[in-house]
Amino acid sequence: MSVPRYWREIRYRYRLIGERCADCGALFFPRRGACPQCGSKNLEECKLSERGTVASWTVIRNPPRDYGKYSPYVVALVELDDGVRVLSQVVDVEPDEMKTGMRVEATFRRVKEDGSSGLIEYGYKFRPIIG
Amino acid sequence: MRKVAVSGVGLTGIREHWGKSLRDLFEEAALKAFEDAGTDDIDALYVSNMGAANLQRQLNLGAMMADALGKRGIDALRVEAASASGGVAFHEGVKAVASGLCDSVLVGGVEKMSDGLPDEVTASLAMAEDQEYTAYTGITKMGMNALIHRHYMERFGVGAEEIAMFAVRGHEHARGCPHAQYPFKISVDRILSSPMEADPIHMLECAGIGDGAAAVLLRPAGESGDCVEVASTAVASGHYYLTERPDILTFEAVRGAAARALEYAGLSHGDIDLVEVHDDTTITGVLALEDLGFVDNGKGATYVSEGLTARDGELPTNTFGGLKARGNPVGATGLYQVAEVALQLRGQAGPCQVEGAEVGLAQSVGGLGSTCAVTILRRR
Repeated sequence: MSVPRYWREIRYRYRLIGERCADCGALFFPRRGACPQCGSKNLEECKLSERGTVASWTVIRNPPRDYGKYSPYVVALVELDDGVRVLSQVVDVEPDEMKTGMRVEATFRRVKEDGSSGLIEYGYKFRPIIG
Repeated sequence: MRKVAVSGVGLTGIREHWGKSLRDLFEEAALKAFEDAGTDDIDALYVSNMGAANLQRQLNLGAMMADALGKRGIDALRVEAASASGGVAFHEGVKAVASGLCDSVLVGGVEKMSDGLPDEVTASLAMAEDQEYTAYTGITKMGMNALIHRHYMERFGVGAEEIAMFAVRGHEHARGCPHAQYPFKISVDRILSSPMEADPIHMLECAGIGDGAAAVLLRPAGESGDCVEVASTAVASGHYYLTERPDILTFEAVRGAAARALEYAGLSHGDIDLVEVHDDTTITGVLALEDLGFVDNGKGATYVSEGLTARDGELPTNTFGGLKARGNPVGATGLYQVAEVALQLRGQAGPCQVEGAEVGLAQSVGGLGSTCAVTILRRR
């Protein structure tokens, strides 16, 4: 992967920033040109909630290229407290401890290392909220 | 618009074709379709494929395959819509003939997955999803399916056995099918004791990795005595992100394409004699029956386990085995489905024949339901 391709997503991946539609109020992630609810172009950046609940989850046991060293790992559909849903790895948990309904929070982690360009990529992952 | 007929079909066996290239496979299917149609006179070529850019580093498949068939000069291009490539290419070919712009069109799909290493194939299949925010999490195609599989079980209280029955039925139907990759029976116990691919999906609930090509030749109906007519085709796009669907168990693209295709054809669900659906895992096969409108939400797995999708059942489904047992050479799969429906309507399905089939429907899905092509064929 080229450095610019990674660099241009940093703001959103590091801080979990989506968009809010100024016309219909829809909150969504990731950002794009038009509101997925009403089609409006009148959009503004919005910081998303960093806490949420696991709506569904899986364990990836045959990973794609560049993810092999982390396997097996959990990927979940997380419903944030502001209602936005994101897809994310869930870390600091064993697969047999995972449960639908588990409370989780965003954390900042290494996502993958690109062998050919030497780029080390970071971004959000979620982890169980303890206590 | 003119009525369009399916004049010829050609299929390769779905195998790990170590000795054949992407081009070899395409040629084989195309030449069989020409022979079946009794003509090789075409004025356009649509090549459907998903993975060649990644697995073979090969693009410009339109010109490549036109040259391979000795058809330099014709209008030729590649169509890509992930695993719906075949259904979408067929739709485009039908439009070309129906509009009168073309009089004879070959639509051929090809995929050569065994050229890639396993992690490359997995990454290639995940290219249907947004690379920056979906595939970036490390999720795979089977992992995406697993999220909906688990949710289906939890919401409807359906057991693993009932969902796994979708694969059992597919394998039963594939027996005797010469082009099927896995034409043998398999038990629920064998499926549920296979290793986890992406929990709760077991490896033997997933379509495998296969190489194959399928081609159909389209001409105006009535000019050739062809007995299979295109009643309608429709393509719809849906939510690209699974995270934004109001209900992750509803594929709006499938519902939209099915409703449109039935309306265009002037048919209702009761008129459909058989269906070929996109079961890249068991759960997507189950949801296909629900989203196409044949079964209520949450009832699909029970419908299958009760035998209603068997060859002699109420709605014969995946009559040559579907993606699971016939095989899933991704970019070609949608055209295998269309070709199989045509063989059924001609009465040439051999041991897979559904008696008296007059109307059949094929459903081709790209991504996790973000693109859907529905094709309805009928006997003239």
